[in-house]
Amino acid sequence: MKPAAFDYLQAATLDEALDALHEAGGDARVIAGGQSLVPMLNMRLARPAVLVDIMRIEALQKIERSGGDILIGAGVRQAKLEAWPDLVDRLPLVAMALPWLGHVQTRARGTVCGSLAHADPSAELPLSLIALRGSVHLRTKRKKRTVSAEDFFLGMMATDLAEGEMIEAVSFPARADGTGYGFNEIGRRHGDFAITAVAAVMTEHSASIAIAGVDDRPRRFDVPLPGNSGLDDALNEIAWDLNARDDIHASARYRRELVRRLGRRTIEEAAACLA
Amino acid sequence: MSRLNAHEKKTVTFKLNGLPVRADAESRMLLSDFIRHEIGLTGTHVGCEHGVCGACTIQVDGAPARACLMLAVQAEGADIRTVEALSPGEGRLSTLQAAFKRHHGLQCGFCTPGILMSLDALISARPDAGRDEVRDHLSGHLCRCTGYVTIVEAALSALDEIRREVKSNV
Repeated sequence: MKPAAFDYLQAATLDEALDALHEAGGDARVIAGGQSLVPMLNMRLARPAVLVDIMRIEALQKIERSGGDILIGAGVRQAKLEAWPDLVDRLPLVAMALPWLGHVQTRARGTVCGSLAHADPSAELPLSLIALRGSVHLRTKRKKRTVSAEDFFLGMMATDLAEGEMIEAVSFPARADGTGYGFNEIGRRHGDFAITAVAAVMTEHSASIAIAGVDDRPRRFDVPLPGNSGLDDALNEIAWDLNARDDIHASARYRRELVRRLGRRTIEEAAACLA
Repeated sequence: MSRLNAHEKKTVTFKLNGLPVRADAESRMLLSDFIRHEIGLTGTHVGCEHGVCGACTIQVDGAPARACLMLAVQAEGADIRTVEALSPGEGRLSTLQAAFKRHHGLQCGFCTPGILMSLDALISARPDAGRDEVRDHLSGHLCRCTGYVTIVEAALSALDEIRREVKSNV
């Protein structure tokens, strides 16, 4: 399996990358770590005429605080975020999710924003971003805009990215005092795509869960607190609301059961980390 | 900005196993094919070519990575090691390689070069690693012969030996 031919542009600055994307229009794709795009190129599921490599752009390599958010540039590899000394303190949910994301060998190259752009419905980083109600910073040659995670993921490998547009950075809201987090995943083997993954965020007065691997995109729901008798009913309604489908890995029924059980367990773990 | 048009070739230069190498590549040439066909080092094996099996794993700037998920042109200026770098000399095996032989950590050997490169990176980065870390690193590799048990034993044995060597040097 070999990729179809393409022009390869290595941008030294963000402006160069944006110019190149503008010029090539819909025929161009951004390549960052390449861990999702190169398999698609090798299988010729993607045949872009132009690839714009953004990994030599210094300005995209940053992890920084911005107000209550942690801003992660489009060139930041997953392994770099994993090794960031403040990760567990500032982004505990992401710290829980990262070890589940692919393997050591793919996290060494793959980027945080690349996983968002790929938008696999079972992927852990889109799930974390939805759970934390983060946002994605997009940019074309002419304009910048910020889109909430809820509006960014549109469906199976489909996002709100427009022609000529690229992700410049992502904002993950940092841990707030009095907030607990939980994360669980069931897959065939560790590192495989999740059959179902669940993230939970809890405060004293509120609870929410986000679910990946069931619907065509990660989705977030407010739920009753775990002490409340209504939680199981709410989880059951969510399970039916998610358009679970049968595939080679699991039946729709099994996925609904995972939403109920893994949902409750993850919320309880978030509550325990709150206590 | 550097631009390489489709079907045009560019000279790619990087460090491979400690020595500078250079050869021409089209933009679409995978790093795995570049190392095997242009440089001529065939120790790096090519299995699935979409990042699942781990047979082509090499080290890029010290970290294990899939050679089939990198373009040769992306490797410009990198420091790359392949399985050929492991042997300390003609006809000799590294501590890790010898442990694989001792524990029957391979049968057909197709997946072995990639596994060795992942475990070699683990041993360098974290000589205190235990069974969990070894298994975590192996999760990025498929082996259809061994059932993995002997590979884990070989890795733990090599880690043990390397820790003892370090201790006795103090």
